[in-house]
Formats: sequence, structure tokens, C-alpha cells
Amino acid sequence: MENNKSFEEMMKDLEQIANELESGNLSLDDSVSKFEQGMEISKECSKILEDAEKKITILIKDNENNLQEENFNVE
Amino acid sequence: MIRPEPISVSQLNNYIKEKIDEDEFLNNIYIKGEISNFKHHYTGHMYFTLKDENSLVKCIMFKTYTTNLNFVPKDGMKVLILGTVSVFERDGVYQIYCKAMEEDGIGNLYSEYEKLKNKLEAEGLFDKKYKKEIPFMPKVIGVLTSQTGSVIRDIINVSTRRNPNVYLRLLPVPVQGEGAAIKIADAIKIMNEKKLADVLILARGGGSLEDLWPFNEEVVARAIFESEIPIISAVGHETDFTIADFVADLRAPTPSAAAELAVSNISDIQKSLLNYHNRFAISLHKKLELMKLKFEGIMNSKCFKEPLLRIQNEYLKIDNLMKTIYDKAEGKYKESKYVFINLTSKLDSLSPLKTLSRGYSIIQKNNRIVKSKEDIELGDKIDVRLSDGVIKANVVEL
Repeated sequence: MENNKSFEEMMKDLEQIANELESGNLSLDDSVSKFEQGMEISKECSKILEDAEKKITILIKDNENNLQEENFNVE
Repeated sequence: MIRPEPISVSQLNNYIKEKIDEDEFLNNIYIKGEISNFKHHYTGHMYFTLKDENSLVKCIMFKTYTTNLNFVPKDGMKVLILGTVSVFERDGVYQIYCKAMEEDGIGNLYSEYEKLKNKLEAEGLFDKKYKKEIPFMPKVIGVLTSQTGSVIRDIINVSTRRNPNVYLRLLPVPVQGEGAAIKIADAIKIMNEKKLADVLILARGGGSLEDLWPFNEEVVARAIFESEIPIISAVGHETDFTIADFVADLRAPTPSAAAELAVSNISDIQKSLLNYHNRFAISLHKKLELMKLKFEGIMNSKCFKEPLLRIQNEYLKIDNLMKTIYDKAEGKYKESKYVFINLTSKLDSLSPLKTLSRGYSIIQKNNRIVKSKEDIELGDKIDVRLSDGVIKANVVEL
């Protein structure tokens, strides 16, 4: 499955799939494949959430005026 | 020499107090100066001295009046004061009892603010059509604010509470004073050039109009407008509207609120993902149930349940017809047989064979019965039919 979609777009897709499934207008085959597609997307969403890593950093200019990223601790 | 009665210190101070209190001018003075030695007493009253280059005067502002202040006075601040001059008899000092106070120079700042606001608004910098949408799940949230103080702390606290795995990237900037505006504008440009964030929070805590001034400067407004990265502004208190707030893609009333707008609540998202799972499963289940019902309905129909019934019915029909045919045929046969028997017995009674058995015979010539002498000629060959057979004979005499 191609995935250049933003998280928000994926959430919208989930909503649409839910609506289509709930309409009951799909054939059984289509229902099953929509179901699978929905579960796939929701798995990806969960993965994005789980893979995210807490980072709180501060950008500091070094002597050559380049930005360095360092962990930031609130005093 | 008569010495006058000496007066007491209290009498002197009381006398001076009365003199001063009678003076209309001193009852209602409007004075400007710089605050120093400022103390905000725990009772809520404010004590300070007001000075210029050469002199100073004590000032007091009671709690009743301090609640009307729209800024927090501090040392070095230039202010305008409305009040009354009176004597504090115990210490023998006169002081200003302040009733109202405002920042000096604010008038100028306000008109500058209005001018710039009108200009930028006319240029369309505040137009809704330029407002970018705040991404729902930004990977990196850039924060432009001071690296010390409560603002960054509030933003970190709210962000990590909503999303424990949030990625915040702070680019520290001075948020007040000379040169702050340029540095803020530069920081916005740096974040954009290097694409260091998916959304930016530009924040500052509350302060006087002067403190917030960098956020009212044109260079900041332009940098916000040109930013490709959506910007959420949170400058000052809820009631402060800076020009940065008007240009920003979204204005948050406080830094904490900005964090709430930038960071999605992960537990809400997880809940809604779970909700989608349920909706998918329920509707698929329903679909299957429906299909099963339909299938059962079809399987329950006669042609599936008793596929041979129709054939059997047809067989039955055939059998019935066969029976009818058979019955009819038999009837016909019986009837015919009866007629036949009748006829046979009739025939039997008429039959010549019976006569023959009594001793008669029939003479035939060429298979014709000879009834008269006339039919016969001498030498004819004739058949004589008896009851039990035929004798061939020649006619020898007539």
C-alpha cells in the first residue's frame, strides 16, 4: 500500500471506510476487502504513534554559526 | 521677652498636613517620573519612589487602586500618576497617594500599533485565505520563545501530557527588549530554510505593552506571513492582541493553549482508532449475518429443500394419467368383450356348423354355396362340407 498520506488523511480514510461498511451497500467481497484495508490503515496509524520517540531539544549556534541540536532539560 | 508656647512635633505635622490638604492643586496632581525602590507589600499596597534626574518623592498606592492597573509596575519604568499629595504625620513626610497610574509613552506605542495594524491589514496580511492549516500530527513542533521561564515549561508540560512521545525543538529567542524583533524574525526564517519543524509555536508570557512590543513590529509580522511552516502565536495574556497574533495562522490565548492546539491528544486518537476497529468489525459481522440469513432463506426455499418433489409430482401426474388411460382402455375392452360374447352367442345360434353337426352338409362349388341343381354341371368338382371336414367329390350324375 502506498503511503505518502498524512496521519490526518489516514484518519479521514478510516472514517470513510467505516461509513461505507456501515452503509451495507457493499458486496460481501468488497466488505471484506474494505475491512482489511481499514485494519491495515489503523495498524499504520498505531505504528506511527508507537514509533514516535519523545525528544525535547534545543537548537544552539556553535562557533561557526551552525545550529547544533542538543537535548533540552528544563531547569 | 515673652516666649511663645512651644508646639509639639505632632502639632507641626498636623498643621502642615492640614495646610497641604486644603490646597486644591496638591489634592489633584498629575505627575510623571520613573519608578524606583518598588515594593509590592503582602497587604497588596504598593510602595515606591518616583524620581527624575534631580529629585524624588515617596509614593504609595493602596490595594483598592492597584487592582485597576493594566500593567505590573517595576523599577525603571516611566509612568504617569494621578493622585493626592498628603502628609504621613508619624514620619513627617509628604507623599503621593496614587489613584491611577499608566505607562508613559504608551500613547505613542498605541498609535504606532494602530498605524502598523491598519497598514498590514490593508495589505491583506491578516486575510483568512492565507492562513495555513495546523497539521494534525506534526512530527516536529518548533518552539520559538525564551529558553528560561514558565512559558517553555508550560509548553513542555502540556505537550508531553497530551503526547508522551512528542518531539519539541526549541530555538531560543529573546522575547523583549532592543533587537528581539529581528532575532524572532530570523528564527522564523531559519526554521523555514532548514525545514526544522512541521508547525511553529511563537510564544511569550504576559507583560506590559512595551514588553510585548517586539511582537508588534513589522519585521516579525512579515516573517510570520512569509513562513511556509504554519505558526501558532501565543503572546501575552488572553486579552493581549499583538500584531503577530493577527498574522499568525492560529492565535492561542496562552502558551499552554498553543501546545494544546499543536499537539494532538494521543489517548483520544488511540480511542478513536479502537472505535474504528469496533465499527469495522461490527459492520462486517452484520454483513456476514445478513448474507447468512439470505443464504438460509434461499436454502429453505422448496426447490433446495426438496429438490425431488417436483419430479415426484410429475411422476404422480403421469401415473394418474396412465391409470386413466388404463381404466378407459379396460372399460372399452370389457364393453367390447361383452358385445363380442353377445354377438358370438347370437352367431353361434345362427351358425351352420350346428346344423352340420346334426348331419347336414353344405355343398360348395368354387367356394360358393350350391343352393340349386341349376348351379351344377356334370363333372363339376364340388366340396362337401361336413361338421368335421370337407370331402371333395365329382358330380357323376344329375
